[in-house]
Amino acid sequence: MTTIAVPPTRFVSPAKALRHGFSLAWRGLVKIRKNPEQLVDVTIQPIILLVVFVYLFGGAIAGGTGEYLQTLTPGLLVQNTLMASLSAGVALNTDVNKGVFDRFRAMPIARSAPLVGAVLADVVRYLVAIGVLLGMAMIMGFRVHTDPLSVLVAIATLVLAGLCFCWIAVFIGMLVPTPAAVQNIMMAIVFPLTFGSNVFVPSATMPSFLRAWSDISPVSRLADAMRGLLTGGPVAGPLLGGLAWLAAVVLVFFPLAMRAYRRRVS
Amino acid sequence: MSLAIEAEGLVKRFGETAALNGVDLAAPAGKVVGVLGPNGAGKTTTVRILATLLRPDAGRAMVGGYDVTGDPHRVRSLIGLTGQYASVDEDLSGTENLMLLGRLLDLSRAGAKARAVRLLEQFELTEAAGRAVKTYSGGMRRRLDLAASLVSRPQVLFLDEPTTGLDPHARNEVWQMVRRLVADGVTVLLTTQYLDEADNLADSIVVIDHGRVVAEGRADELKRRIGGQTIQVRPNSAADMDAVARIVADLTGMIPARDDDVGLITAPVSDPVLLSAVVRRMDTAGIVVDELALRLPSLDDVFLALTGKPVAEVAE
Repeated sequence: MTTIAVPPTRFVSPAKALRHGFSLAWRGLVKIRKNPEQLVDVTIQPIILLVVFVYLFGGAIAGGTGEYLQTLTPGLLVQNTLMASLSAGVALNTDVNKGVFDRFRAMPIARSAPLVGAVLADVVRYLVAIGVLLGMAMIMGFRVHTDPLSVLVAIATLVLAGLCFCWIAVFIGMLVPTPAAVQNIMMAIVFPLTFGSNVFVPSATMPSFLRAWSDISPVSRLADAMRGLLTGGPVAGPLLGGLAWLAAVVLVFFPLAMRAYRRRVS
Repeated sequence: MSLAIEAEGLVKRFGETAALNGVDLAAPAGKVVGVLGPNGAGKTTTVRILATLLRPDAGRAMVGGYDVTGDPHRVRSLIGLTGQYASVDEDLSGTENLMLLGRLLDLSRAGAKARAVRLLEQFELTEAAGRAVKTYSGGMRRRLDLAASLVSRPQVLFLDEPTTGLDPHARNEVWQMVRRLVADGVTVLLTTQYLDEADNLADSIVVIDHGRVVAEGRADELKRRIGGQTIQVRPNSAADMDAVARIVADLTGMIPARDDDVGLITAPVSDPVLLSAVVRRMDTAGIVVDELALRLPSLDDVFLALTGKPVAEVAE
């Protein structure tokens, strides 16, 4: 057996790794373009929620559809971004199941590339989800009362929230057997999280235990920050609270996700 | 002669079950090695270890001179892999799949495109190039899988059951592609459940079962051990059994096996021309037969010959 006296190469330069990530993100976007129906959960679904809640419950909850639209839209943007953030986990799980992952693993590319690709493609999903919902709300009469810079900060915060929450989905995606299971588990997390917040109704109307949770919940904090940034009102407090939550989510789930991912790729 | 693949004592356990129990394997550069065995023999586990997808629990393997566990990145830059698990993306078109792989291999956009076009042409997929892979037939899909594993111009190619589930025509096409690659100097390790596939493509064959190599050698060497074809005669009337046995013994020079319960007489034959001689003799003798056939050795026969036991008993 010929032994070649060269040190093993384990390292792919960061620039190359990023390029591999971008190539795989491109793949994710081509898939969205070909199957736009995979965006239904973050476009049509929230529009239905918006229409139903505003016209059906708006009068009962806020005393008028116009007022309710102004409070609901910022909160719904948060919910929608969290929904969009589960797709990286679903996409990675699908790749593992279909064997596409093993094709990449047998290639001399950065180990992190499939993960980076899935997460980068997600940013586009977040932006589409935010744009569609905000557009629909505007058509229904939602008005921004702040300046363009605040709107940009709002959008950036939403994307950041998606990028932080997606590690939960990646973690789950590396643990469970099927894409459908990822979806179901993530729904079971996102729904209680968003309904148990002030997105749909003010916390003041809730029983005390739920109100206590809702007041500090990450979704409420982020929803309040969005309200401040889009329709006016306090921003700093809720935004700091929201960012603290995001940091906590990343601190817990990023290492877990990376460990689970590494076990699958190495 | 330099070895492109060399494995020694590969062991892999999944929980309690040992998938590989000390597999040794060697493939000279530029040759085709066929790994033959039934389902669950350890063929796929062997390929996954050699392709750096799985770490062995013991033993070592070198591919293209690099250790698969010590220097997997270099091994990956030398190999191509086609198997049911190393798949292409069904939502993308043929061109998009190959372009993505080209880009991941650091080709320029134009370079990746040119490589994709060339490979699609070579694998007769140009017409389907723009269609999503999920609309491809099984044969087209397999050809694209093969093309995908060639984007990197690998020196060593692993084909894990490349024709399982394909019709004979599609199978033939895959065989031709493999021959062309070998003519270009690529080393191929091919796993298969089909004896004739190994026979047709491989320079040498390794037979594995239950995670162990049970035989290896050139196809003709193994065949000599396995024996050639078998003639089977089933006379219409049980009264003719003796006469048929005599005729078959006469012509083959072997004492035939007879099964009086089902009325079947079988004997190994070395020369297929014997079949017509048997027909003539029985015709002359006025014997009517229900069944008369020449059978190729099956994988079961291989195992029977190599292990002295049918597959089911080896499993004990």
